[in-house]
Amino acid sequence: MKDTTEGYVTADGRQIGGVLMEMKNITLQFGGVKAITDISFDIREGEIRAIIGPNGAGKSSMLNVISGFYVPTVGEVWFHGKKRPQMKPYQVAQQGIARTFQNIALFKGMSTLDNIMTGRMTMMNTNLVTQAMWWGKAQREESEHREKVEKIIDFLEIQAIRKTPVGRLPYGLQKRVELGRALAAEPKLLLLDEPMAGMNVEEKEDMSRFILDVNDEFGTTIALIEHDMGVVMDLSDRVVVMDYGKKIGDGTPDEVRNNQEVIDAYLGVEHD
Amino acid sequence: MSDNLIFAMEVTLNGLMAGVLYALVALGFVLIYKASGIFNFAQGVMALFAAMTLVGIQKGQVPFSHLINAILGTEFHYFGWTMHSFLAIALTVVVMIGLALAVQQLIFRHLVGQEPIILFMATIGLAYLLEGLADLMWGSEIKTLNVCLTGDTCLPQGLNATIDSITYNIFGYGFFIDNLDITATVVAAILVAALVAFSQYTKQGRAMRAVADDHQAALSVGISLKFIWVLVWSIAGFVALVAGIMWGAKSGVQFSLSLIALKALPVLMLGGFTSIPGAIVGGLIIGVGEKVFEFAIGPMVGGATENWFAYVLALIFLVFRPQGLFGEKIIERV
Ligand SMILES: Nc1ncnc2c1ncn2[C@@H]1O[C@H](COP(=O)(O)OP(=O)(O)OP(=O)(O)O)[C@@H](O)[C@H]1O
Ligand SMILES: [Mg+2]
Repeated sequence: MKDTTEGYVTADGRQIGGVLMEMKNITLQFGGVKAITDISFDIREGEIRAIIGPNGAGKSSMLNVISGFYVPTVGEVWFHGKKRPQMKPYQVAQQGIARTFQNIALFKGMSTLDNIMTGRMTMMNTNLVTQAMWWGKAQREESEHREKVEKIIDFLEIQAIRKTPVGRLPYGLQKRVELGRALAAEPKLLLLDEPMAGMNVEEKEDMSRFILDVNDEFGTTIALIEHDMGVVMDLSDRVVVMDYGKKIGDGTPDEVRNNQEVIDAYLGVEHD
Repeated sequence: MSDNLIFAMEVTLNGLMAGVLYALVALGFVLIYKASGIFNFAQGVMALFAAMTLVGIQKGQVPFSHLINAILGTEFHYFGWTMHSFLAIALTVVVMIGLALAVQQLIFRHLVGQEPIILFMATIGLAYLLEGLADLMWGSEIKTLNVCLTGDTCLPQGLNATIDSITYNIFGYGFFIDNLDITATVVAAILVAALVAFSQYTKQGRAMRAVADDHQAALSVGISLKFIWVLVWSIAGFVALVAGIMWGAKSGVQFSLSLIALKALPVLMLGGFTSIPGAIVGGLIIGVGEKVFEFAIGPMVGGATENWFAYVLALIFLVFRPQGLFGEKIIERV
């Protein structure tokens, strides 16, 4: 395995920094079911880190641990070099970790614009009293946020659906709006749970481009779960492979692809 | 114009005004239900509790005085002040926010993720608890409530002379419209407008809508559900206070006030449990409907139709349009 202690330079010349997030000996148990068994890995600043594995391997569970939706039974989460105390999901979000969901969790009754605006929740710091007393100032702040949101809408090429309630949008576009909402938080770490599942080839290409651009232009660190091996190989700098809750591989796409245990895990298993 | 038609117009107007109060109580229900899925049976009692607290603070009543005096053997009933209405209302708002916090911390924090029926049962418990608490704090006698801006500009009572004379000039018959009802309607309209502005244009309002729409998504963008729930209960408490003031000024603050909660049920069935416009329109329909029905059909069936009309109307609605006038289509919450 490549030694990555000091950070490294990727093949396409991007500088990857130190460790941003480190998972230490994570075990997650639901009653008798062990979704994750003693897994450790790290995510480096500026990196695109993929988590792959067959269905039920525990990938989403791992993302849920990172984003605070699940509390690990054993193990520690380190962020910015500090051990993270147990946190509620909304507190994790306030720390600069944004995410999307495998099954899309949007505000279905709200417009695209409003959905992405809620993504800026953590960036808004006026409280109720100041908003009531300095209405003008609050509205100025609101329009600044609105500007940022319009930039994201342009970036994701979804101007046409700005005012549409997202519940009415086709699946592929909903995924895109959900990415937009996560981006609106200007996250330090972006977690994407199967951002391309159920998309056609063209939509997948668009989404891949967006993910690369986000990483490139804003330097956002990204951890993503993906089943499409082609996509994983193209996008990611390093890959964690899970199977039955255990980590069976960790390294560059090439290293992982040639890892016998990984090959065995994938043999005869259907993936979309 | 026939006399009957003129009477019917007057009755309709009066019904509209009565409907405003139903709408206010229903509004409190909808706010909490949307944000948390809790059907708050205690909404009506909250109006009672708020009104009693307001009167108590205004008149300088010592809370829990019976209890205190029984234990200490004293005769301490009044602090001896008469507080300005605005200050008393502000203090009552603080009490209602405290109540919202207590309800969240002591009850619903422990019931997160429970079945809706369990949450509902908890609110029934809360209703009786609050009723008992109101009794213990302020005593059970009927109280008169009057809210005054300054010394003697108070909530206006009695017949509105302007409307009386205008309608007399047009129809040769002066409508009897209560000043208080007119005030209540105006206040309710302002309240609803303020709520809409709050939910559309403030950070917390947007967070409230987000929580009402999807809890998981709301968490992922950094919204604390607990904060929003306390906020929503506080707003519902404020709406209850407004309803309590209007009702209390009209018929005195008494325990039957909590029964208006039961009238809010048919309103919700009409308007839908998740729709704010539905609560308002539903309230008005029930208000007008029961007055007009009593006027037109009442005499034929021996009167007192106001007791059951709303429920029968709601039942008919349940059969043909279970989601209500404006309600979202009923889908399983997942
Ligand atoms: N909240 C939960 N309660 C009980 N069991 C759970 C829960 N969440 C996940 N699991 C279990 O944990 C295991 C791992 O599930 P997880 O969703 O993490 O897999 P995954 O790798 O994301 O799979 P997929 O590719 O199908 O999304 C499964 O056996 C699943 O049933
Ligand atoms: Mg998954």
